[in-house]
Amino acid sequence: MPVSLTNSGVVYQALKKCGIGLVSALPETWLVHLIRMAEDDPQMILVRLAKEEEGVGISAGAHFAGVKSAMLMQNHGFLASVNGIVSFAQLYRIPLLMLISYRGHFGERDPWQTQGGSATEPLLRALGIPYSFLDDPAKVEKRIAEAQTWAYSSLHPAALLLTRELMWEEPAP
Amino acid sequence: MKRLDCLRAVYDQLGDCLVVTIMGAVATELQSLGHKPNFFYLQHAMGLGSSTGLGLALCLPQQKIVVFDGDGSILMNLGGYSTMARYRPKNLVHVVFDNESLLSVGGFPTATSTGTDLEGVARASGIPRTRAAHTIEEFSSAFTEAMQTNELTSMVAKVEAVGPSGYVTGLALLENRFQFKRYIEKSTTETRRHGEERK
Repeated sequence: MPVSLTNSGVVYQALKKCGIGLVSALPETWLVHLIRMAEDDPQMILVRLAKEEEGVGISAGAHFAGVKSAMLMQNHGFLASVNGIVSFAQLYRIPLLMLISYRGHFGERDPWQTQGGSATEPLLRALGIPYSFLDDPAKVEKRIAEAQTWAYSSLHPAALLLTRELMWEEPAP
Repeated sequence: MKRLDCLRAVYDQLGDCLVVTIMGAVATELQSLGHKPNFFYLQHAMGLGSSTGLGLALCLPQQKIVVFDGDGSILMNLGGYSTMARYRPKNLVHVVFDNESLLSVGGFPTATSTGTDLEGVARASGIPRTRAAHTIEEFSSAFTEAMQTNELTSMVAKVEAVGPSGYVTGLALLENRFQFKRYIEKSTTETRRHGEERK
C-alpha cells in the first residue's frame, strides 16, 4: 500500500512527544498505519469510532480528565463532525487537536473524494478554525507542537491537514 | 413516572461520581435539585453526552461516571452505543430518560413513540448490562445496583413528557465547564496523593 509508513511514524512520534494519551479514530486509507501504531502502543488509549463526531465528546471528556488527545479523521469525517465542533468544542472552549487527512485535493484519483476536498479549507475558515499543513516530514513535529500549544492557549480547536505529499507514496509507473 | 422524581430518588448517590447530562429538561431539573461542581451539563451537541461520559470513563478508570441522556439525543448517536459497548468501561452508568418526545421544542414525538426500543438497541449493540424502569422503585433500585456493579450499564427510564417551564438557568455554560474541570483536577490530585501515602 503506498501510504507512507515512514511519515506515518514521524506523525505518530510527534503526537507522542506532545504528550498525547488518547487518540480517537475512524479508519481511512491514509490513516491505517497511524491507527495501527496507536493500537500497538500500550500507553495510548485508542478509541475506534462509529462516526467521527463522537470523537469531539470523547476528546472533551479526556480534556476534563486532564488527558491530552488528538482526533484522527478524514476530511469527510470533519464534515460529519461540524455540529459537535461548533456546539461543544467551540461553545465550551475545548482545545481539540484535529489531524485531518486532506483527501480530494490535487492528485486525487478517487472521484468520490473530490467534492469534500474542495470544501475542506473553506469550511475550516468559515468556522474560524486555524490550520496548517503537514507536508514536510522535517516540519511535522514542530507544526503539531505549535498547533497543540495554540489550541491550549486559546482553548479552541486547531486543525492540521495531512497532505498527499506527506502521506502518499505514488507507486512507480 | 416523572424524570424529576427519578433524579430526586438517586440524587444522594451523585455526590462522589462525575455526572454528565444532556441539554433541556434533564439539565434544568438536576440543577433545580441543587447544582454540584461534579455535574456537567452539555447544553447542546445532542448525542455527545454519552461520548463525553465514555471519554471520562476511559481516562479516569477509578472514577464512577454517570450520564443522564435522553431519547432525542441518543437517537442522534445510536452508533455511540456500539462505541460504548466496544470499550465497555466498568465505571460508566448510562441512563436514558425516554419520554418519547422532543419536549423542549414543543413535544414532537420521537421514534421511541412508534416502537423503537432503546434498551433493545443497547443490548443488541453489545452493552453488557441493560435495564428498563417504569416505576420510581424500579428506577431507584436499578440505578443503585448499576452504581455498585463493576460493569458498564445502560438503563432506559420511561418517563412522562413533562418538564420545567423554561430551560435557561443562572449557571453560565463556561462557569460550569471550568468548575467541572477544576473539580476533577482537585479530586484526581487527592486520589494520587492518597495512593502515594498508601505505598
